[in-house]
Amino acid sequence: MIAELGLAMLWMAGALALLQLAAGSLALTQRGRELAGIVRPIAVVQGGLCALAFVSLILLFLRTDLSVKLVATNSHSLKPFIFKLAGTWGNHEGSMLLWVTVMGLAGAFVALFEKRLREETMLATLAGQAFVSLGFYAFLLLSSNPFERLPEPPPEGNGLNPLLQDIGLAFHPPTLYLGYVGLSIAFSFAIGALVTRDVGPAFARAMRPWVLGAWIFLSLGITAGSYWAYYELGWGGWWFWDPVENASLMPWLAATALLHSASVLAARNALRAWTVMLGVVAFSMSMIGTFLVRSGILTSVHAFAVDPERGSFILALLAIYIGGALALFAIRAATVTEGARFAVVSREASLVFNNVMLSAILGIVLVGTLYPLLTEAFGEKVSVGPPYFNPMGAIFFVPMLIVMAIGPLLRWRDDAAGRLSTKLAIPALAAAATALALVAMAPSIKPLPFLGIALAAGLAIASVLPLVGRELKRTPLQVWGMVVAHLGIACVLFGVASDSAFSTEKLVASRVGETHQVGPYRITLRDVEPVAGPNWTALEATLAASYAGGSPSILATQSRNFTSPPQTTSESALHTRWNGQLYTVLGEEADDGRWQLRLWWKPFVPMIWYGGLLVGLGGLLALIGRVARDVKRIRAEDKISYRRQRQGR
Amino acid sequence: MSQEAASQRKRPGVWLWLPLALFAGFFVLVMVGLLRPADREVASAFIGKPLPPFDLRAAVPERPGLKTAEFADGKPRLLNVFASWCIPCAAEAPQLAALAQQGVEIDGIAIRDRQEDVQRFLATNGNPFARIGADDVSAVQLAIGSSGVPETFVIDGKGVIRHQHIGDIRVEDIPKLLEKLREAGGR
Repeated sequence: MIAELGLAMLWMAGALALLQLAAGSLALTQRGRELAGIVRPIAVVQGGLCALAFVSLILLFLRTDLSVKLVATNSHSLKPFIFKLAGTWGNHEGSMLLWVTVMGLAGAFVALFEKRLREETMLATLAGQAFVSLGFYAFLLLSSNPFERLPEPPPEGNGLNPLLQDIGLAFHPPTLYLGYVGLSIAFSFAIGALVTRDVGPAFARAMRPWVLGAWIFLSLGITAGSYWAYYELGWGGWWFWDPVENASLMPWLAATALLHSASVLAARNALRAWTVMLGVVAFSMSMIGTFLVRSGILTSVHAFAVDPERGSFILALLAIYIGGALALFAIRAATVTEGARFAVVSREASLVFNNVMLSAILGIVLVGTLYPLLTEAFGEKVSVGPPYFNPMGAIFFVPMLIVMAIGPLLRWRDDAAGRLSTKLAIPALAAAATALALVAMAPSIKPLPFLGIALAAGLAIASVLPLVGRELKRTPLQVWGMVVAHLGIACVLFGVASDSAFSTEKLVASRVGETHQVGPYRITLRDVEPVAGPNWTALEATLAASYAGGSPSILATQSRNFTSPPQTTSESALHTRWNGQLYTVLGEEADDGRWQLRLWWKPFVPMIWYGGLLVGLGGLLALIGRVARDVKRIRAEDKISYRRQRQGR
Repeated sequence: MSQEAASQRKRPGVWLWLPLALFAGFFVLVMVGLLRPADREVASAFIGKPLPPFDLRAAVPERPGLKTAEFADGKPRLLNVFASWCIPCAAEAPQLAALAQQGVEIDGIAIRDRQEDVQRFLATNGNPFARIGADDVSAVQLAIGSSGVPETFVIDGKGVIRHQHIGDIRVEDIPKLLEKLREAGGR
């Protein structure tokens, strides 16, 4: 019953999306004017119905209703509650339902809360959002029905991919999706603005909080995903330049560029066409990423839902939406004039530079991701990895970081470089001092990590400089947000560089009772014993790790065997200190009763994820600041118009 | 302002079409990728290399053993790596029998096996092999780039490895193996 109800609601939501598109488009014409009033309510109901359909699917998973095909193939009655819940989106159909739900809800929220956009642009935006949703509704209902019943329910389900049975990953996909798909709003805003030729500061201010919201989730989602890969895959790496990871990084790069160019548009009415294009590109990257991951066209180490036939469907959607939006851009953007001019040394110029660099990095990641496909078309198989991405990315990342340190200190429109020389001396000195210290203490360090650590030190100091000379209590939250986010980037950079410069790895075959040294840690293998969980059994190694001769901490790392479906995963055990992390993994048993142990000492590696969290927090602060200011302004305007009305009487 | 407008008119904004053009390029690339038959296997580095020198004793008395020199007789054939303790090997036996019936010569390498076990295996599942060598420590198996059982290699008439099939041979794999054999025959 729940399944049928869910399916019915999904169909109705799809029908409403069609209506929303029709009413929104007609309302833009002379004769359809009176339809304008129904577009917002339709968007709200559409989002609500879609959310209810998603809730239905969650309920089916929680009850382990095995008569539903999706539940039977992806869940198991013995699974812990939290993973039954996570099973809802841990598969193709469920995640596509989550996709349309996020699109629907994003549209509903815009319809409810966005008051500043011109009415026509709003109608065009909601019509655009419905247009994009429609394709995904069609995809879901015609080829990936999540509510499909089985003629004969099996006695037990297949279970969820054990790699996904992890608390971190349970909430990683929804977070990432909120960001990934939330960017659809930027896409629809861009389409709306192109249709009504309404690209200006007001448009940028209206769009910015929505992009910011999606960007926060994207930042947190990427951070969480990277940490998951780090401790769950048991390789000790935190980023693999895998197509799936690139698929989440590319929208983030585009959205980051968009946020910064929207600032220029909002403050100075410049970069109009560029901002609109980034709005289109950001969500296009989400769609392209999804396509690359889902179609199986690229081989990925963690492809969970691959099906080439679905690939053609998504590709058709890509052609319609991305091709359509870019064609609209090409036709219309010429009529969007470029707006205000600015000097070479100015806040705008630094933001433009940052945009160009971010776009270049985006291009490099995209080319690297697609390159295997290109060579395969000519009959050669290659895989592209860190040797390409790291140095190529660094070429653009390093100059961007330098400008990122300076940019926030510059004035809008025109500035003199000399004015900042004293202020910038401090971070420059910090970077130089760090560089000297590195040369003295670690002479064998490689050039990229060396550059990274020195830059991180300078950037960390430069990022708080915008607060210097301000009255802190009166500093707007947006400025705090920028400072925190930039500081977060400095942290990430430091963690990355430190990990690649100073990590030490040891692979040992150890008997119980033997002690090994890795970095400053002495690690004793105390015991290896079988343990059992709700749907797995494991061999658990108990390790006593003492840091620099201190009292030992106990770590338990497992080699875990899941029964449904059968699969072995390594559960790493970590010991985190302020200055780094010990990473241990239990491997296989050798013939002579010794156990393989992989041990890493990774100095300052947690800074990567603390930095990621700071970036998200910075976004959150900025969002709160912007929304609070808007609310205040709207209230003030209401008050004024109320007074005027009374005076008029 | 009018100057700006004039400069806008002079540049007709051709670059505005660039994003669309790039996307079109992406689309074509991906279409080609999607339409191409899915070929996800990574070709072994041993393809195109001659068989390493080996001389294996006979695994069962009913058939002779196997040595490298015998492959260079001008006739392409299949080399099947199997074991009596391997269940997929039993599953592929009907396909091997069908290939043998079509006149394909098949040689076998029994991995880490005992004579009586191999005899029992052949009695139950049939014996399509012309020769069977015994590889007790997987030495030859590893030397020809095989990492498991069953695997089937296409060897051409000069003793060069032409194709590697990993896993059991299914009914639908037979045409491809026959084609590879034909290619290895040089015609």
